[in-house]
Amino acid sequence: MSEFQDAFVQAARLLGRADPELLEIIALSLRVSLTALVLACAVGLPMGAALGVFRFPGRRAAVTLLNALMGLPPVVLGLALYLVLSRSGPLGFLGLLFTPTAMILAQWLLVIPIVAALTRQVVEDLHEEWEEEFRSLGAGRLRSLFELLYEARFQLATATLAGFGRAIAEVGAVLIVGGNIAHVTRVMTTAIAMETNKGELSLALALGIVLVALSFLINAGLVAVQELGRVARG
Amino acid sequence: MAEGARSAAGFGERGSILPLRVEGLGYRARGEWLLRDVSFTLRAGGIAVLLGPNGAGKSLTLRLCHGMLRPSGGLVSWNGPPAEVRGRQAMVFQRPRVLRRSVRANLAFALRARRVPRALRDARTREALAVTGLDALEHRPAHRLSEGERHRLALARAFVVEPEVVFLDEPTASLDPAATAALEGAIRRVAADGTKVILSTHDLGQARRLADEVLFFHRGRLLEKTPAESFFRGPRTPEARAFLKGELLA
Repeated sequence: MSEFQDAFVQAARLLGRADPELLEIIALSLRVSLTALVLACAVGLPMGAALGVFRFPGRRAAVTLLNALMGLPPVVLGLALYLVLSRSGPLGFLGLLFTPTAMILAQWLLVIPIVAALTRQVVEDLHEEWEEEFRSLGAGRLRSLFELLYEARFQLATATLAGFGRAIAEVGAVLIVGGNIAHVTRVMTTAIAMETNKGELSLALALGIVLVALSFLINAGLVAVQELGRVARG
Repeated sequence: MAEGARSAAGFGERGSILPLRVEGLGYRARGEWLLRDVSFTLRAGGIAVLLGPNGAGKSLTLRLCHGMLRPSGGLVSWNGPPAEVRGRQAMVFQRPRVLRRSVRANLAFALRARRVPRALRDARTREALAVTGLDALEHRPAHRLSEGERHRLALARAFVVEPEVVFLDEPTASLDPAATAALEGAIRRVAADGTKVILSTHDLGQARRLADEVLFFHRGRLLEKTPAESFFRGPRTPEARAFLKGELLA
């Protein structure tokens, strides 16, 4: 129990004195995860909406695959990406291994299925409800897709939050392709794993508390924005 | 120039898609004929009411005429090329759906979907709001409207694209008397504006209040098509007489 008390005290102390190393780790964590999230939304939202609206051969298989990919073990993805980015791999010439870009790439690939699969579900339900209206008005599929994406904006914000949750909490893949190098690729989760291995349990727990608090703050912020939008626009 | 092009494309002299001609129309689902051998012609102007008990084939007929379903038999023909006639019609479905945005934005959605030029949108929006009595609610979020107001918004969304024909499928089925009266007022104004209104209902009172002509359906067949006055004065078929007396028709 005293370990938890120590951890809270240490977390408060770290934040209180604005420990430069901690701030650096927090900043990198946010940069990597938010960049991955934005890029994943840029792909996942239209991909999910297209799967929800368009009908084509192999669509059902694509939906099944997407749903399955939501549960993709990050370590497996990290390993595959490691092989692709390593010097002898097909993209080795890019020199991305053990850089924040590789970590963004890993999180991007992990978040896309979450955003796309949740978007597909929401947009497909809405499309069923609105299909007659769209057909009656002569709205094309592409127009319908954009209208439905906008109509589903509140649910999609939740899908985005789920994607952010996956990204910020990710440790396996970023550890493999990032390498947890101090001042270069060390993020909150890899730092926690490292401190745990070193036996610095209360420091690891303190970092964990900061991570949870950070994640909570960002979620609360997005929910507040959502609520404001709901109140303002109905 | 535009008028000439329209005539050349197949519209009549006045550029109208009416009359609507329905010949031997039938619809079959799961091996059962839900609609059989329905024929009628509807000309421009006024309110045509498709009347009959539930399951008579009224809504089905509306959907077939609007091109939402493909007939299993017979023909629906408009005065113009098929690719263009849909763009001159609009339909209000039985359960009105509203987008999670303002009343005005709901109308803007319909205008965008129909690719109405931007320059015309504002005037059309104002007219649709006025006709449906929603002017004061222009900026209100649509999902905060009452059930009756939502129905009027659905009508406004159909009217805003300036259709020549509006189909209304059981427009007041779930409304209280006050909301029904408001919606019927809006429907009358839409018709007075020159739009042909074709609506289905099982509500005798509503048919009496609105209809210029009545098409009486029963068990997937059209039994009578007659001016409203003569229908209510002296229906020709025993089914229609029973329906008017308030007897239950199955």
